[in-house]
Amino acid sequence: MTTEADRLTVVTTASPTRKRVISIVSHALLIIASILMLYPLLWLLAASFRPENEIFTSGISVLPSINWNLESYVRGWNGLRVSFGQLFLNSFIISGLSVIGNVLACSLAAYAFARLEFAGRRFWFAMMLMTLMLPYQVTLIPQYVLFLNLGWVNTFLPLVVPKFLAADAFFIFLMVQFFRGIPRELDEAARMDGAGPWRIYWKIILPLSTPVLATAAIFTFIWTWDDFFGPLIYLSDLRQYTVMLGLRTFVDSTGMSDYGGMFAMSVLALVPIFAFFLFFQRLLIEGIATTGMKR
Amino acid sequence: MATQVDTSNTTPTGVAAPSYWRGVWDNHAPGYLFLLPWFIGFFGLTIGPILTSLYLSFTHFDLLTAPRWAGVENYVRMFTNDPKFAASMRVTFIFVIFSVPLKLAFALGVALLLNRGMRGLPIYRALFYLPSLLGASVAIAILWRQIFAGNGLVNQVLANFGIIGPSWISNPNTSLWTLIILAIWQFGSPMIIFLAGLRQIPQDMYEAASLDGAGKWRQFWKITLPMLTPVVFFNAIIQTIEAFKSFTPSFIISGGTGGPINSTLFYTLYLYNEAFGFFRMGYASALAWVLLIIVAAFTAFSFLTSKFWVHYDD
Repeated sequence: MTTEADRLTVVTTASPTRKRVISIVSHALLIIASILMLYPLLWLLAASFRPENEIFTSGISVLPSINWNLESYVRGWNGLRVSFGQLFLNSFIISGLSVIGNVLACSLAAYAFARLEFAGRRFWFAMMLMTLMLPYQVTLIPQYVLFLNLGWVNTFLPLVVPKFLAADAFFIFLMVQFFRGIPRELDEAARMDGAGPWRIYWKIILPLSTPVLATAAIFTFIWTWDDFFGPLIYLSDLRQYTVMLGLRTFVDSTGMSDYGGMFAMSVLALVPIFAFFLFFQRLLIEGIATTGMKR
Repeated sequence: MATQVDTSNTTPTGVAAPSYWRGVWDNHAPGYLFLLPWFIGFFGLTIGPILTSLYLSFTHFDLLTAPRWAGVENYVRMFTNDPKFAASMRVTFIFVIFSVPLKLAFALGVALLLNRGMRGLPIYRALFYLPSLLGASVAIAILWRQIFAGNGLVNQVLANFGIIGPSWISNPNTSLWTLIILAIWQFGSPMIIFLAGLRQIPQDMYEAASLDGAGKWRQFWKITLPMLTPVVFFNAIIQTIEAFKSFTPSFIISGGTGGPINSTLFYTLYLYNEAFGFFRMGYASALAWVLLIIVAAFTAFSFLTSKFWVHYDD
């Protein structure tokens, strides 16, 4: 990166002082922009630790209050008829199962598209790509009727089972791209040793694909964790609510009176996503850069 | 294709050659077996439902009784006698037309700034990306409601300058703009894609250009932008489709109503209310099909016009 920039400096005729000024101005711009962008988040974090009566009197400050405490967290945690602990558990179960489903089903399909020869492969691959563009609203109502008839409404099944059927075609695409980069000689060698497609998939392709599998797992987790529409439609019993659904109930029922509790639970709801961001930032950014993800 | 593969797979001499059908099976079955989960999903959760919703869009259906055939009634009502449909179309198009170009402009601007070999690029990139990652959450929509409320963060800042701001959320003239700003705030992921695209542009093109005396500005218009058009094209399509599908922010910020005075009634929110608030499943299916046609038409139009402005190497 820097070497490229240095080479440019040689070619361009700009004086070193001018370069310096431009660099300082750019940094200043970027720092101001970062602060502006992150300010709402910092404010939310600070507000969640303030005593209730200070939330709106401390103005735009993001400095911690000297009277900081965890009361908002305690109140918020028990702010609904069901403890937020249950909602977090539900969200973790749904997101966890979705991760397993997506990684398994999408990698199976991706292996077929990337490595196996069979009649109609191009056609089905094109079909898969078409579903990427499809607005989910167009399948929404018949799917709802289907799950209603199966007796799955008000269970986690409508949220999880589609993941085991590779319904998130985006991840198939992601994995196909990656699998194609694995040298075919490895498959050939294994085939010489008598390995069938299943063995090759399990013993060669999957172990060599941990980066893409991890990327798919992390994005699946985050998207499922954040998903609001699915739980909104399929879950109606408070004990089965996800965190996001609980937050919305909070807004409707007590949000107007208990801002502190609402902010505290909002912070907690963001913690798992933020943790992934902190630990797997490189994977996430590479995943987006190579495939162009929407988020 | 099939027969070619079959003949190449004859067994070594000495072993009895498997029958033709055995060969067909060996060559094609694994592919279909690996695709089995996807096939079940594709037909059961995608193709079947799409066709069913097309059928339902020509019926009245309340989920409890069997659908009643209605012909094109739903579609006629939509375009002639449904002010809420018109309002939701207007709101959604304004949202798309403003949020997508502004978001992409920010993404490109920051990417260009970062691509100058800035020190600390990974840190800036991560900071700008964070809102993209968190932004779809209900928690952020709640925060947004607070920021633009009457006593919210924005008005507290304005108060320092002696300005008493309105409640941006409950004013129908400004409420949609709070959602547009929320969308722009999440410019991080297209920015990362732009950065990756910028890095693909060969540096020697710039060197040659500056030897020929082309200034930075000219280099941007003659090299950077044309070379980047495939990425611009890609980002524009993805972000536009996402904007059309956007639901959660308008639901949370308006409390599910799309108010005040339908000013945040996103198309998807209207569809949801028709389907699951009033159980007009037939009408909602028709709405879904209109959305599909809009998205498909937009995508097709983009691809057809792309050859006039998207630059490809070959």
